[in-house]
Amino acid sequence: MTLYDLPDGEIGVVESFSGEMELQSRLVEMGILPGIRIRRIRTAPMNGPIELKVRDYHVSLRQEDAKNIIIDQ
Amino acid sequence: MTPRKVQPDKTWAALIGNPNSGKTAIFNLLTGLNQKVSNYPGVTVEKKIGKARSADGPSFDLLDLPGTYSLTPESIDERIVAEQVLSWIHGNKAPSVIVSVVDASNLSRNLYLTTQLADLGIPVVVALNMMDMVKDELEVDLDHLAAKLGVAAIIPMSATEKWGQAELLNAIKNSFNAEPTGDAPPFILNKNIEQILAPLETFLRNDLKYTHRLARAQSLRLVARKSTFDVYQNPSSNEGTFSEPLLESLQVLREEVVEKLAEKGEKHRIMEATLRYKWLDRVLSDAQITIDKKLEETNFSEKVDKILTHKWAGPVIFVALLTFIFQAIFSWATVPMDWIDNGVGWVGQQILRAVPTGMFRNLIVEGVVAGVGAILVFLPQIMILMFFMTVLEDFGYMARVAFMMDRFMTSIGLHGRSVLPLMSGYACAIPGIMSTRTIDSWKERLITILVLPLMSCSARLPVYALMIGTFIPAKKLLGAINLQGVILVCMYLLGTATAFVLAKVFSLFIKTQGRSSFIMELPPYRIPLWRSVFSQVLQRGKLFVVNAGKIIMAISIILWFLASFPEGDGKPTNENAILHSYAGKIGHTVEPIIKPLGFDWKLGVGLITSFAAREVLVSTMATIYNVQSDVDDIVQLKNAMRTDVDLKTGLPLYTPLVALALMVFFVYAAQCMATFAIVRNETNSWKWPLFMIVYMNILAYVGALLVFQGGRALGFS
Repeated sequence: MTLYDLPDGEIGVVESFSGEMELQSRLVEMGILPGIRIRRIRTAPMNGPIELKVRDYHVSLRQEDAKNIIIDQ
Repeated sequence: MTPRKVQPDKTWAALIGNPNSGKTAIFNLLTGLNQKVSNYPGVTVEKKIGKARSADGPSFDLLDLPGTYSLTPESIDERIVAEQVLSWIHGNKAPSVIVSVVDASNLSRNLYLTTQLADLGIPVVVALNMMDMVKDELEVDLDHLAAKLGVAAIIPMSATEKWGQAELLNAIKNSFNAEPTGDAPPFILNKNIEQILAPLETFLRNDLKYTHRLARAQSLRLVARKSTFDVYQNPSSNEGTFSEPLLESLQVLREEVVEKLAEKGEKHRIMEATLRYKWLDRVLSDAQITIDKKLEETNFSEKVDKILTHKWAGPVIFVALLTFIFQAIFSWATVPMDWIDNGVGWVGQQILRAVPTGMFRNLIVEGVVAGVGAILVFLPQIMILMFFMTVLEDFGYMARVAFMMDRFMTSIGLHGRSVLPLMSGYACAIPGIMSTRTIDSWKERLITILVLPLMSCSARLPVYALMIGTFIPAKKLLGAINLQGVILVCMYLLGTATAFVLAKVFSLFIKTQGRSSFIMELPPYRIPLWRSVFSQVLQRGKLFVVNAGKIIMAISIILWFLASFPEGDGKPTNENAILHSYAGKIGHTVEPIIKPLGFDWKLGVGLITSFAAREVLVSTMATIYNVQSDVDDIVQLKNAMRTDVDLKTGLPLYTPLVALALMVFFVYAAQCMATFAIVRNETNSWKWPLFMIVYMNILAYVGALLVFQGGRALGFS
């Protein structure tokens, strides 16, 4: 499954990335890399971006980008 | 060949850290009020230098660099840091110590940058900030961790609770002459990658004299993103250190290595970050530190966000907050505005009493006092707006606004991060345009800049306030809502709505470079540090007074001369005299162009002078009427405008319809030249500022024409 499919409040482990490489470099620099646990906190109003908790900090990401993060629940 | 050691030219330290790590709070704590703020050459990024000293050491300079997540640059702030760091490596005035500011409650991601800094060959001291947030949860052997990471010391502290700064200063002093860490790279590559990377690494070690450790890190960054190579090309940072052939070999090597890595299916873009985090996470877990201990926990900020970013309550709260801020700007400011108004009148009176009649007195009272006074009145409103913006930003709310609005903003061709710059635009377009730097996609950043001056800034407020106060009756609509307030809100809405529509239009025409994303940290909510809020608001106020003051004073003086000379035919001053003055002549020359909008020659002069700054319209009108008047007193501008009549027809010169047309003109017109100078800087070409000047002024002319002619056709006056 992808991060896009993970319900709000649930935790998953990043397995790999698909799609755009440009996006991945910043994600990895922010510490989001295979093996790391992420919790999806919430979805923004108007079905906007999602908020994640990773390495005990919070970060936002657009839903279409979340489709490129493959996770294990 | 022996690798070159970085040689500091004098004793000084640089502060580097992630955004939201409390870097600026530490800078303020260490330097106190002893700061100097300037800009980096060519860009409008603040460069802050202060003086600090430990209890028993010499005083030294401390430089505060913009926040960054990594030395591989993405945003402009990050490019500044990368350029500075590169110039240090190549011997240009390197600091003796780098202070790496780290948020203790977010350790692993903050230390990522620290380990990049430790590669440079400059001693690194870690300021482990925000220890008040983790309390006793971080009981580890910091000296051992420091040795593992390759930094000189790790000093626990809290800038908010103000402790640990003495120890930090001491550690900085002790590291001034410290040997930097070893030359060996901390993490090992697999043999295949090492082989492919070898030519680039060897080049950096031999031709640029990098240590093995730095050559490894820098070659990984070079293959990760082209932006790292671009930093080598920038002439402003390296002052011509790199010759053309050297740059060319570096580029060729880089491309060859990237190609080979791609052939082998190696993910060169994420190689450095992956390797570094794997190594760092192992060091941390060896030190008994869990990187995501609180993942399951719902902390305070998450609880607050359940309300503030709630699906429907969130946007409602945001709109309510905006309404409150605008209410506050107009209701809280009235008292101090009256003080300033009375103060200016008093100063004028004193000069009239003290200085003998003559040209000099006229110049001071009619030109300078009347002109500057008309503008100074708006200082309270600007400071109130800045106060709210600063508090909300420091509290952490602005990131949430971007988060909530991203969906809507992307639908009109903008970005979630466009919200803050656009809101700053209500105060002043210049800081707004500068804050677009946080938008990492060029297209969305450009569109934000292009439409931002349509947000009604505080310089339009004097014009709106004068026109509304003079010509719109203070009637109550439906028994409760003030008509004047409604008209004012309409002007703000007109500008904002037009900005949104045009953003959508521009987004259809501007070609994209790269893709947009919304990877943005949502920092924990924090009570703002009041001293930092007040110092920022004061700084902004000072800037307004000094900058606006300079332009307005100069224009007021020039205008006074233009309006007073030539002095006419010797008769006592009357209306005809100003008609024949230089200002009158200029006004009459442009009158035919603006006649269809309902504007007369006086407004014509005002429109010309307002190209320097919008609010100058008010001081221009004040100066013209003061010169025109033969009474030794400061003329009440509102009365003068209301009673002014057309000499030919005897009808009132200015009507509510003219006022409305003038306000619409000001909503759209490109007038403040300082804005376009900043746009030139930020977009690196004259193309975009010129485009803005053209489209905004066409909009202004057509808008005012439609209002005046349309209004007349409908029978209004």
